[in-house]
Amino acid sequence: MANVPAELKYTKSHEWVKEEDGLYVVGLTDFAQEALGDIVFINMPEEGDDVASGESFADVESVKAVSDVFSPVSGTVAEVNEGLIDEPALINQEPYEQWLIKVKDVSDTEELMDAAAYEEFCANEEA
Amino acid sequence: MELKTPLYDVHVAAGGKIVPFAGYLLPVQYKSGVIAEHMAVREKCGLFDVSHMGEVMFTGPTALASLNHMLTNDFTNMTVGRVRYSVMCHENGGCVDDLIVYKFGEEKYLVVVNAANRHKDVAHMKEHVLEGTTIEDISDSIAQLALQGPKAPEIMAKLLPEDSIPKKYYTAIEEVYIKDLKCMISRTGYTGELGYEIYTAAENGARLWEILMEAGAEYGLIPCGLGARDTLRLEAAMPLYGHEMDDVITPLEAGLDFGVKLNKPEFIGREAMLAAGTPQKVRVGLEVTGRGIIREHQPVFIDDVEVGITTSGTHCPYLGKAIAMAYVPADKADLGTLVEVEVRGRRIQAKIVELPFYKRS
Repeated sequence: MANVPAELKYTKSHEWVKEEDGLYVVGLTDFAQEALGDIVFINMPEEGDDVASGESFADVESVKAVSDVFSPVSGTVAEVNEGLIDEPALINQEPYEQWLIKVKDVSDTEELMDAAAYEEFCANEEA
Repeated sequence: MELKTPLYDVHVAAGGKIVPFAGYLLPVQYKSGVIAEHMAVREKCGLFDVSHMGEVMFTGPTALASLNHMLTNDFTNMTVGRVRYSVMCHENGGCVDDLIVYKFGEEKYLVVVNAANRHKDVAHMKEHVLEGTTIEDISDSIAQLALQGPKAPEIMAKLLPEDSIPKKYYTAIEEVYIKDLKCMISRTGYTGELGYEIYTAAENGARLWEILMEAGAEYGLIPCGLGARDTLRLEAAMPLYGHEMDDVITPLEAGLDFGVKLNKPEFIGREAMLAAGTPQKVRVGLEVTGRGIIREHQPVFIDDVEVGITTSGTHCPYLGKAIAMAYVPADKADLGTLVEVEVRGRRIQAKIVELPFYKRS
């Protein structure tokens, strides 16, 4: 069973979000990294890029396949976790420590689930 | 509906992540993941369930003539216990499938084909077979396991006497007993590594798997799925039907000349290949020099001109880099040529390198 921390919010496309000092921090969930398998490459946006709610802002490649990562919010990229570019496998090891981007000037957010709702959502996906 | 191999329950119990493939439900990976499974085969040993592969028996006084008529390789001087790779072509020279042929007697051959092509192959064989040859699709009655990796001989040696283990690459022994299980064993594989493929009756498959896993435990043997099978064959630059070859690509374009004997008096596809002459496009290896991973069906550019298309690509765990195979014009295929590949709107730099990417030392 995938790990789902109670303090985070979640999307149906398996990103997690938390608000921190006015920024929205976005990462991939444990369920997502488990489904992807060994991650070997990540293509990230740059600081200052605009992201839109529900649209792809990055892609991650596992040995098996490529998957888009969708932004839960609309805004501007304030910070990118550059460490992941050299070592994308860190997402597999600690998905909730390894955020992908922090977003500022957020104008819109997708409908987000709390941990309980997301856990149920994942259980249905697995079934 | 997807079929299950005789080992389906074993895979589920071992934590296999099950996906549909070529009409079968098979594990794409187990708990350790594709990279660990790939590395196990390169450095220790891995066990694959390849029971989905198709097996077709050719028997009768004209079996040899039928094979020589339908397949590109020459089986005339093959001795019993040998295994030979071949392509089966259409009249136009395109590939129906690639396969391996086992010789068990002057009138008895086993042909092993790709699962996805099995029904197409058998229909093609029945259409072109000569009188005096019986063709029988025995796929459903057979389980096939592949034990691959440098420790494979030591694991086999625990289970079989020395004279029951094939010593040379592409040789086979028709009847051996692993414990009380009757098996056929060959020194073959699809990983670029030393190893064996072991065939047994479907009902014995799960037990054979358990026996091999138990014998291999002390050597670091782990179960491996389709994901590692693909990255391993790609690293070894082995072509995969539907990627590097298909109904219109000829085996000569795919660089499989060693398995095409144009000096045979006759075989299906020979005239078309002779008429076409030296291939205008060729299969090449690409190594990514920029950032990113190239996959299949992505356009290849040289000096901003689209010249070809990729057929397979991935990040290769053992080499630690991203590689791909592609078709480009023969006059643009020089080693070291710099190319760009368009991946989701972005160009990735790569260069043409020698095949195979990995060769066992």
